[in-house]
Amino acid sequence: MRERNKARVATVWLDGCSGCHMSIFDMDDRLLELKDRIELVYSPLVDAKDYPKDVDVALVEGCIGNEEQRKFAHTMRASTKTFVSLGDCAVTSNIVAYRNPFKMHDVIHRAFIENSEGEIVLPQEDVPPLLPFAVPIHEIIDVDVYIPGCPPSADLIHYTLVELLEGRHPDIKNRFG
Amino acid sequence: MRREPRVKTLRIDDCDCAGREDQTVLDVARENNIRIPTLCQINGLTNVGSCRMCLVEVKGVPKLLTACTTMVWEGMKVVTNSERLHEYRKMILELFFAERNHICAICVANRSCELQALALELGVDHIRYPYLYQALEIDSTHDKFVLDHNRCILCTRCIRACSEIEGANTLGMMRRGVNDKVITDLNQPWGESRTCTSCGKCVNVCPVGAIYEKGLSRTESRREHTFLPYLTIMRGER
Ligand code: SF4
Ligand code: SF4
Ligand code: SF4
Ligand code: FES
Repeated sequence: MRERNKARVATVWLDGCSGCHMSIFDMDDRLLELKDRIELVYSPLVDAKDYPKDVDVALVEGCIGNEEQRKFAHTMRASTKTFVSLGDCAVTSNIVAYRNPFKMHDVIHRAFIENSEGEIVLPQEDVPPLLPFAVPIHEIIDVDVYIPGCPPSADLIHYTLVELLEGRHPDIKNRFG
Repeated sequence: MRREPRVKTLRIDDCDCAGREDQTVLDVARENNIRIPTLCQINGLTNVGSCRMCLVEVKGVPKLLTACTTMVWEGMKVVTNSERLHEYRKMILELFFAERNHICAICVANRSCELQALALELGVDHIRYPYLYQALEIDSTHDKFVLDHNRCILCTRCIRACSEIEGANTLGMMRRGVNDKVITDLNQPWGESRTCTSCGKCVNVCPVGAIYEKGLSRTESRREHTFLPYLTIMRGER
């Protein structure tokens, strides 16, 4: 059931450490205020399998490192009005990009063979194939709002959400890192 | 006979200014509290105009000029902050980020980095160019210092400090363009350098986190710049 007069908000966790979601939690009691203005339609916190249609605001943490995320980015874009890259991983690919100077074969070898104890199993099914580089989201799809920071502060996330709910484009000044 | 330097009058943005003929546009702008972003320039070392951050428009000159290497002239009309300049400066900054592997969150220079600070000042909130993800080395062979090429912006401040102030000439540059690399002696590991005096001047002039002292945390590794102008005075220049 669609709730009237509430903005449909999604929060998404791609290749990131979940720290940006922790920062969302850090809004503390302001979350309770927001609850009256938004409906959380998709998130690691809600039980929705598929990305819904007509999302007003998507706050997306993490970069795009595998094929599934790449496809999902297009799905999200098609159903989202305002797409927000939340945090350095989404904006710059940040620490996830640490793997990028290495060849994919070496990365997989390191993760699944060198570092494995016991039986060595290379992922074949169930695990989406890695992309050669973990890239910022805007290299795959158009992004409307960028929030740098690792993680961005709760204040900044709150400011951004409120501005978007009020129909304004947030003016974000925050350093990388 | 010593000739006194002549005074030139010029206009920088809305300011009618005067400067000595041996001053740069940047010098005069700063004296008049006009902010021009800079990166490779540092007081006390020769200006080389390599980073292009300080580009300005000068009336009647078709190309953009670097404020740090352009001497003032009579009647000059300078614009330091047009939309076009702002856009070029942002592009330059973004290219610095895209060229090497800047991961601010885990960098020794995080929050004291001049590149990062300029990105904030000029409103760079993402990099529009694809990153190169070059595989670059980290030279940690020196007892005291580390040179991380992933964060080097090739400003040559370290090279100038090493040569102009310390006189050791340990640091240099090899190759060109995107393949540029700061080297020690004849591209040997820094720890094997026989010219390096371990003075640490390179550490203190590096605007980013490319050269840093071993074993210091981020807050401890603050850069100390103030000694440079004094050293030039002691050297007897001006
Ligand atoms: S930006 Fe920082 S806090 Fe956010 S997901 Fe990436 S590493 Fe974690
Ligand atoms: S050198 Fe500066 S811009 Fe580069 S990673 Fe370090 S803090 Fe960030
Ligand atoms: S190591 Fe630092 S000071 Fe030297 S060229 Fe690179 S960025 Fe500049
Ligand atoms: S500060 Fe003038 S070119 Fe770098």
